[in-house]
Amino acid sequence: MSVNEALDQKTPTENLENWQPKILVFACNWCTYAGADLTGLSRLQYPATVRILRVPCSGRVNPQFVIKAFQKGVDAVLVCGCHPGDCHYTTGNYFTRRRFLLMRRLMEYIGMEPERLQASWVSAAEAQKFQQLITEVTEQIRALGPNRKLRDVQWEQWNN
Amino acid sequence: MKRVGVFVCHCGTNISGTVDCAQVAEAAKDFPNVEYSIDYKYMCSEPGQEMIKKAIEEHKLNRIVVASCSPRMHEPTFQNCVERAGLNPYYVEMANIREHCSWVHPNEKEGATEKAIDLVRMAVAKAVRNQPLQKTTIPVTDRALVIGGGIAGIQAALDLANAGHVVDIVEREPSIGGKMAQIDKTFPTLDCSACILTPKMVDAAAHPNINLLTYSEIEKVDGFVGNFDVTIRQKARSIKMDVCTGCGICMEKCPVKVDSEFELGLAKRRAIYTPFPQAIPNKPVIDREHCTYFLRGKCGICSKLCPAGAVDYTQQDELLTRRYGAIIVATGFELFDYSVYGEYGYGKYPDVITGLQFERLINASGPTMGKLQRPSDKKEPKNIVIINCVGSRDEAKGKSYCSRTCCMYSAKHASLIRDKIKDSNVYVFYMDMRTPGKGYEEFYDRSREQYGTQYIRGRVSKIYPLNDKLIVRGEDTLLSQPVEVEADLVILATAMVAQPDADKLAQKIGIGYDKDNFYTEAHPKLAPVETHTQGVYLAGACQGPKDIPDSVAQASAAAAKACGLLSKPEILTEPIVTEVDEKTCAGCGTCLLICPYKAIDLKTLTERIAGEIVERKVATVNEGLCQGCGACTVACRSGSIYLKHYTDEQILAEVNALCL
Repeated sequence: MSVNEALDQKTPTENLENWQPKILVFACNWCTYAGADLTGLSRLQYPATVRILRVPCSGRVNPQFVIKAFQKGVDAVLVCGCHPGDCHYTTGNYFTRRRFLLMRRLMEYIGMEPERLQASWVSAAEAQKFQQLITEVTEQIRALGPNRKLRDVQWEQWNN
Repeated sequence: MKRVGVFVCHCGTNISGTVDCAQVAEAAKDFPNVEYSIDYKYMCSEPGQEMIKKAIEEHKLNRIVVASCSPRMHEPTFQNCVERAGLNPYYVEMANIREHCSWVHPNEKEGATEKAIDLVRMAVAKAVRNQPLQKTTIPVTDRALVIGGGIAGIQAALDLANAGHVVDIVEREPSIGGKMAQIDKTFPTLDCSACILTPKMVDAAAHPNINLLTYSEIEKVDGFVGNFDVTIRQKARSIKMDVCTGCGICMEKCPVKVDSEFELGLAKRRAIYTPFPQAIPNKPVIDREHCTYFLRGKCGICSKLCPAGAVDYTQQDELLTRRYGAIIVATGFELFDYSVYGEYGYGKYPDVITGLQFERLINASGPTMGKLQRPSDKKEPKNIVIINCVGSRDEAKGKSYCSRTCCMYSAKHASLIRDKIKDSNVYVFYMDMRTPGKGYEEFYDRSREQYGTQYIRGRVSKIYPLNDKLIVRGEDTLLSQPVEVEADLVILATAMVAQPDADKLAQKIGIGYDKDNFYTEAHPKLAPVETHTQGVYLAGACQGPKDIPDSVAQASAAAAKACGLLSKPEILTEPIVTEVDEKTCAGCGTCLLICPYKAIDLKTLTERIAGEIVERKVATVNEGLCQGCGACTVACRSGSIYLKHYTDEQILAEVNALCL
């Protein structure tokens, strides 16, 4: 039995109408994390689909973290940092930008929807932008459905 | 054995109004390594902190997770709390269930509670892997370097020196004073620029704590906050400073005449010269590019005439290396070169001058002794046109920004002209009048009402010479009709731009600069004089266009920041820095290229392998320079460099915990 067949058989019948994606956000400490804080302070609402992970700089996000997150069953990964030119560490987000473009190519290559990996620049003042971003990405991923391509954890769980 | 305590805060009803805190605390009990879990109304309050301390003792907890507000708010509070209970402060991890959860999901109570549980699980997974980190201290050298001897540099140096710190001012011109020394009068008070600047220059020169290094430039900057090793090139002055009396005989007799930089080409100077009569130090330099002795090997008149025997043609550039605790960059600005504008004559019409040239023309110590006459035929001009925004607010050919000072100095020029020549007409072409500042709008009003300056809103499309006049053609956009002025003199309010080599200096020091080469402050509002490089501060127009009051205010602010640093014998450094695993590091040097702070270097290791002595290179991190961004950790091919507190293992543990 191929892996795909196994997956087809073992996938639990999910109620996709009420299904909510799980989105991991890597947020840099100086801009986006503060921007997300401001979103809260301004009481702007967005779907409870995201989990924010604080990193010092978006340049700290190793592509390995992204792959691992997909393997573990995250439906989308969002890498957020300061606007280009505004990096707290001068150049960190330029590296992020280059890595992101490469990662998108990799996603296409392995047959994953590239929309599942997104990068966006959100400053500490852009609460509204953060709200819109999360709302839009959640909608996009809801339309795409669950990530089944790399989720090895579930595969193991279903086997048990 | 890791024993985690989880403390879930209600924040009154801020969190508990949405998130079921009791359920979160209950769920946390099942997470790996969690020994104790509880929720409470206000964790940050005195009883809340007591609760954490008591739990640490009673349950022998050694990792603490606080689920409450943003760590940007209360992380230091809880770090201090556990430190008082005898734990390392970096054993605390926070889950942000207020700003990132309860406040943004008020209508999704279930979803929010589920999310809070996830966030706590992530925090627990990370906390288990947190290592104790120690803040270290580094010594601070009590000496400051001020780069640039304009008004900002002088003010910063005086403030520092008065606070008891030794300061060196490095100025590349032969005299301190900067652009302010060239200005005639200052707005909005119209007091004479030299009268308020030169006493400060004298104070700086006479101050026992200030050393002037004029005719000197920064060669190299090494080191880090508290310990910058700066190499300064003292250019050969060809004058023995300790012997010269500044009598000036040499300058009178020198046969060479070249355009004076200080007079902006409106007058000549000699090859041995001081830039202006009030120069400090008031001792000449020899311009070797134009001096006959250096060009042809003969002349030597200055040497023969000097009564003190101070001329020394054999002097060489000297390199001086000194250690400084803090650096204040006050390198100022340059003026936009308007020769890119064909409509203003590409800089070829002698009677089209810049605002700064006008300052020299109307200055009592300037080339015309303050008599306003146009450069071409020395006639007194009757019709004068001033054009604002030359190079400012013009993305196509100039700069996108507003230079901030031009509206005001144009109003000043207009007033000065009308003061000197009563029957003159002054026309100012402007885009918008911008006069934010104390007394500025009133000054602009006076220039219109009292001095009768005519303001025309619109741009000039062409200037061309006709007989001995300049025809200025433009548009009055308020009347929607073309205007033409027969002008005798045209003054261009050219934009303030960064020094042409501002980027090179920034690279030497390791500070950021923006698209226009102005230096970037650490935060535009809350850290306007700091840079992202600790211990380096900004003052004056090198950070962006500024007038004199703002430059002086910023200089004093920078001096206060530097004082704060220099007044302690040592400083604490953040322990969240990178570390190299020397066993696996291949010494490829990729991390050196990626580090924005030049904090990584290669060092040579000598090892004994299979009985042989082998040398190999490995990376090494200077903890004083590293700011903990972690860019190098991602670039390392062998994963040999890691960022403390944000290791791959810690971040992956959080990712894993999220997905369980």
